[in-house]
Amino acid sequence: MNDDDWRDGIFAALKAADTRQVGYVPDAGHARLIQHCQADPGIRAVSLTTEEEGIALAAGAWLGGQRAALLMQSSGVGNCINMLSLVKSCRFPLTMLVTMRGEWAEFNPWQVAMGSKTQAALELMDVLVYRVEDAASAAETVAAALDIAFNGSLATAVLLSQRLIGAKKWVK
Amino acid sequence: MMAAGSNQPRLDRRSAIRVLLADRGELLVVTGLGSTTYDAASVADDERNFYLWGAMGGAAMVGLGLAIARPDRPVLVVTGDGDTLMGLGALATIGVQAPPNLAIAVFDNGRYAETGMQPSHTDSAVDLVGVARSCGIAAAVDIANEAALADFARAVQAKERTLFARVAILADEPPRVLPSRDGVYLKTRFRRATEVE
Repeated sequence: MNDDDWRDGIFAALKAADTRQVGYVPDAGHARLIQHCQADPGIRAVSLTTEEEGIALAAGAWLGGQRAALLMQSSGVGNCINMLSLVKSCRFPLTMLVTMRGEWAEFNPWQVAMGSKTQAALELMDVLVYRVEDAASAAETVAAALDIAFNGSLATAVLLSQRLIGAKKWVK
Repeated sequence: MMAAGSNQPRLDRRSAIRVLLADRGELLVVTGLGSTTYDAASVADDERNFYLWGAMGGAAMVGLGLAIARPDRPVLVVTGDGDTLMGLGALATIGVQAPPNLAIAVFDNGRYAETGMQPSHTDSAVDLVGVARSCGIAAAVDIANEAALADFARAVQAKERTLFARVAILADEPPRVLPSRDGVYLKTRFRRATEVE
C-alpha cells in the first residue's frame, strides 16, 4: 500500500455513506481528501473560515435530508466546543475527521496545547472518539464512525494520528 | 459608508416578521438565539421553523447547510445583529458558496436585547450591509420600511441569488412568545414536515 491509499479509503467510506456536504478548513493532512471532495460532482465541498461553522453547516444539511462530514486539524476542535451544544441538544448526527498535531515528531510546541487535549475536549462534549494509528484501519474506522453517527444520531470524531499523517517538514 | 445607527425610522420587529412570513409558501425558516425565535413563533409555531436556542453565531451556517440540501425550497434565516457579529465569517463562507435559495434577514436593533440592551458593534461602527457586500453577497440591502421588506420577501421566494437584508428595528422587547426548547423535537418535526424523514 502506498502512502496515500488510506486517504483514498476514507474518501470511499464517505461516498459509501452517501455524504453530500463536506465542510473543511484547509489542512495539509487532509489535502488529498479535500481534493477528492472538490472533484466529486455528488459532494458539495464547503471551505470554512473557522471550524465551528462546519458544525452548524452539518446540522443544516441534516435538516434538509443530507449527510455532511467535517474535516479539520486538532487545533480546530477547540473552536467547535460551544457549537457542539447544537449537536448535543438536538441529537444531530455528526462525523468529524481530525488530523492530529502536537503529537509524534511535532516541531511547533504551540500545537501541543490543543493537540494534547483534543480527545478530552471532544469527550467532554459527549462526542464519541475513535483513534487511527495505522493506515490499514483508517477507512474502516471512518466507515464505523459514519455508520453510528447517521444511523444512531450520535456525534463522532475520528482522530488521525500524527504518526499516520507524517511529520510536517518545516525546512524544505 | 452609512453608519448602522443612522437608519431611521426603525421598524417594529413583530410587524416586520409578519411581513416576512405573511405568504411563506414553501419557505423554510431558521431563527437565531433569542428574540428572532420569539418573533417567528409570534406569527405561528410552524413546523418548518427551526429555532436555535443556543449555538450563537450559527444561524446563518445552519441556513447554508439547509439551502444546499434543499435547492427546491427557499430558505430564510432571521437572526439578530449579535448572532451575526459572533459568526461574521459565515457571511464570507456564504458569499463563496452563493446558494441562490438562501436569504438572510438580520433584525438589527444595535443591542444585545437578551442580556440587558447593551450596545452591539452595529450601534456605532459596523455596517452589516457593507460587510455582506464585501463578502461577495451583492444583493445586500438596508431596509427601514415595510414596502421594501415586502419586496425582499418576494425576492426570497424567487430563489434567484443569495440575499442579505439588514432590517432596522426598534430596540424594544415585545412580550415573549416561547416555542418548544426541545431540540430533538424541533429537529424531528422539521424533517417530517419537509418530508426528509
